Amino acid sequence: MTYLAKPKLHHPGLPRNALGYTRRDYEGAISTLCAGCGHDSISAAIIQAFFELDIAPHRVAKLSGIGCSSKTPTYFLGSSHGFNSVHGRMPSVLTGAALANRDLIYLGVSGDGDSASIGLGQFAHVLRRGVDMVYIVENNGVYGLTKGQFSATADKGSRSKRGAVNNDEPIDLVLLALALGATFVARGFSGDKAQLVPLIKAAVAHRGAAFIDVISPCVAFNNHPGSTKSYDYVREHNEAVNRLDFMPEREPIGVEYPEGGARDVVLHDGGLLRLRKLDADYDPSDKVRAMSFLEAHRAKGEVVTGLLYLHPDSDDMHAALQTVDAPLNSLSDAELVPGNAALAAINGSLR
Amino acid sequence: MTTAPKPLARVNDFVVKFANVNGSGSASANGLFARSILRMGVPVAARNIFPSNIQGLPTWYEVRIVEAGWRGRRGGVDFMVAMNPQTWDKDVAEIDSGGYLFYDSTRPLPPSKFREDVTVLGMPLTAICNAQYSDVRQRQLFKNVIYLGALSALFGIDAAEIERLLAEQYRGKEALLDSNRKALALGREHALEAFDCPLGLRIERRDRVGNRIFIDGNSAAALGAVYGGATVAAWYPITPSSSLAESFASWCRKLRTDPATGRRRHAIVQAEDELSSIGMVIGAAWNGARAFTATSGPGISLMQEFLGLAYFAEIPAVLFDVQRGSPSTGMPTRTQQADLLTCAYASHGDTRHVLLFPEDPRECFELGALAFDLADRLQTPVFVMLDLDIGMQDWLCEPLTWDDHHRMDRGKVMTADELDAGRDFGRYLDVDGDGIPWRTYPGTHPSKGSYFTRGTTKDRYARYTEEGPAYVDNMQRLLRKFETARTLLPRPEIADAAQPTPAGVIWFGSTGAAMSESLAELERQGIHLDRMRIRAFPFHDSIAEFIAAHEHVFVVEQNRDAQLKMLLVNECGIDPARLTSVLHYDGTPITERLITREIAERARLFLPGIGYQRTGIRKVS
Repeated sequence: MTYLAKPKLHHPGLPRNALGYTRRDYEGAISTLCAGCGHDSISAAIIQAFFELDIAPHRVAKLSGIGCSSKTPTYFLGSSHGFNSVHGRMPSVLTGAALANRDLIYLGVSGDGDSASIGLGQFAHVLRRGVDMVYIVENNGVYGLTKGQFSATADKGSRSKRGAVNNDEPIDLVLLALALGATFVARGFSGDKAQLVPLIKAAVAHRGAAFIDVISPCVAFNNHPGSTKSYDYVREHNEAVNRLDFMPEREPIGVEYPEGGARDVVLHDGGLLRLRKLDADYDPSDKVRAMSFLEAHRAKGEVVTGLLYLHPDSDDMHAALQTVDAPLNSLSDAELVPGNAALAAINGSLR
Repeated sequence: MTTAPKPLARVNDFVVKFANVNGSGSASANGLFARSILRMGVPVAARNIFPSNIQGLPTWYEVRIVEAGWRGRRGGVDFMVAMNPQTWDKDVAEIDSGGYLFYDSTRPLPPSKFREDVTVLGMPLTAICNAQYSDVRQRQLFKNVIYLGALSALFGIDAAEIERLLAEQYRGKEALLDSNRKALALGREHALEAFDCPLGLRIERRDRVGNRIFIDGNSAAALGAVYGGATVAAWYPITPSSSLAESFASWCRKLRTDPATGRRRHAIVQAEDELSSIGMVIGAAWNGARAFTATSGPGISLMQEFLGLAYFAEIPAVLFDVQRGSPSTGMPTRTQQADLLTCAYASHGDTRHVLLFPEDPRECFELGALAFDLADRLQTPVFVMLDLDIGMQDWLCEPLTWDDHHRMDRGKVMTADELDAGRDFGRYLDVDGDGIPWRTYPGTHPSKGSYFTRGTTKDRYARYTEEGPAYVDNMQRLLRKFETARTLLPRPEIADAAQPTPAGVIWFGSTGAAMSESLAELERQGIHLDRMRIRAFPFHDSIAEFIAAHEHVFVVEQNRDAQLKMLLVNECGIDPARLTSVLHYDGTPITERLITREIAERARLFLPGIGYQRTGIRKVS
């Protein structure tokens, strides 16, 4: 149950990261999701990514909307402030939080109902504003908490557990994110942690709006034959375009040599992203080709995963707004309140 | 046969109304007219009455010249500047008997279009412009300046004052200044020749303006947000609140730019809708910034779900609600005080919110700044309830002042040092007995003080729970918090009538402008009323005491359903029969004449010794 915190007994032999934290310090309360839920695997990937990135847990703010996916921030980063907001509106709350303090790391967690249905508008605008964040959609194509209704990412013609058929076109959040100006766009699979962890790490290092769509099978309502978001389907149809290695700045670069085609990208914080290409045709810096590549594979029933687009020179909302370096929430009376003398001058101009 | 009344003759006490076409450039000339009178030391109350339109629809500007300094509308028109053929009949009909009609006489109009009891002043404005200017745009723009020149002659306004205003307006644009001056002189000279100037209605120089300032409530509220320490503004354009957010941007450019780097000590985001703007405000405030939004009724409707979250999760937020004609899209460019109930109890479930009621732009500044201290102190949304009349009209106000010793009250925020010192932190723990818990900002401490914010039920330590007792415990604490709020909010202003009376009157917000004048008039007629201006909700105890102390209480407000009365009945347990409503809700600001008439008519029913006759009230000897 959520209110049962995991016992904080640290095994003395647990490995510690550069800040002296163990993996346990990045965990949260015990999950209340169904056994085998893809979302729990994503939580585990988040825990591992932040542990490996040596980020102090309290410097992360985790925000979510409503739904199964949005419950998960309780299950990781227990020492971070969390905000379970209203349905479909996590992006605006996260935007406001990011405006207030540019020094924290913002992790938004949402679902397909939360982002593609009720929250499609906020999903769109948070990406085009370039809010510096990692936005993860845990995408299972159904409403879990209300017991199995279709979401807007459910495939046309797919059948619910109760036998209803979905007649509506699915929304591909990755294509949308590309169109809307997200500067880091990726798709992962909850069952492929080896790919997902470096994707999350690279998204954290990226400056600007980083979006990761993670296919996350719903064991209760959408893991049956005929579902394109079942474990079996995704495993069979996963078309990974690249494998990632992410090396933070302080690590010596070049310890590992790529097998086959590889491409190095230096991210804003100095970290190095090494893309091992699995598909020779794929170029993650070409947005137009990325979109046609995605569509072509979708037509074949394939789920393309990997880092699909990266704008290496991206900037964020604070740069556009030209805000000061100090977090706005730290500014003092002296920096904010002009005083009575300034007011007297204003009065003078109003006569 | 009717006998024409004598043309009105009054010094520094009359109403001029300009009937224009929206987008014709009249606003600038009309504003100069009002300001030139202020520069002559004579107070004015000016109001734009404009359509929801950019070009083509009718728009009016009403200037009440009033040496006595009243700031409300009087009602009626003494001098009509009829520049809009679309509204001619209505405009002519509106003139008080004995008044004046000024119009463009270039095209002849049949006698049926005029009134015998009104002095007609025709001036061939179009012909003058066409002779003077070849450019179509100039013809239109300078027509406005030409009639301004003519009016200055007719009312005896010192042309030098208008010239000085023009010089201030066109500083550095000498060519424009010169052509405006010429147009002004052209109109003035023509009027001096054609009419017997000045008229019986005239301006005479006085010293009744002093150091007062002329400012609209939206600008003043935005300045209040600057002084209140707001750093994040998120908004969505909606009349009549848009200029508040835009004004905040403009004040911030001047007052909140880091002198060394040119970077901004504020962030303003125009959101995609009102749901998003309140979401951003809540996110920013949760993270320790002072944040606000500006909106109007339809925006408040869209924000309902988030407002419940902010109430229940206890997150500060400041909302400026510039109320307009409603419900639905209603009358976007007309004024009303009709959002009280929807704001007081915004969102589903048991909620209650703090409302502040500024009476003029000066109070928009003061309460606008105070709202941020209150929101942080109480950790809840605070609504500053403007309306279009305060928000978008220029009002003559006392100068704005600021106490340089004031420091932002950030409320109960636990620091890393306090956490290290071993203070127990429970986000919803009532340690001080005032219902207000302590909070921490995200990122404060590596291992202490973090918590999960949620709209679901939680216990005192912010842990999710569906247990009934924990839910009730939390809801009861919220009630205690609002008891505390009652004591922290601005008190009502209460004053006694000149002599003891069993009757009282209550009002709030922009109604005060007409109310103060009406009280003086009623008193002149022998109707004495104790008075109370409410400045905040939840209501202070003195409000129920005032009602209890009077046999008859009028409640004057600008909505159909008597929303303040409903709040008083509901919150103070008052017998509705004890409160008599005076209501006005046609979208125009309430007038002195209306309040006086409505109260006088009713007062004669219960005030002993008061008789009523058509012209007003007199004492029966």
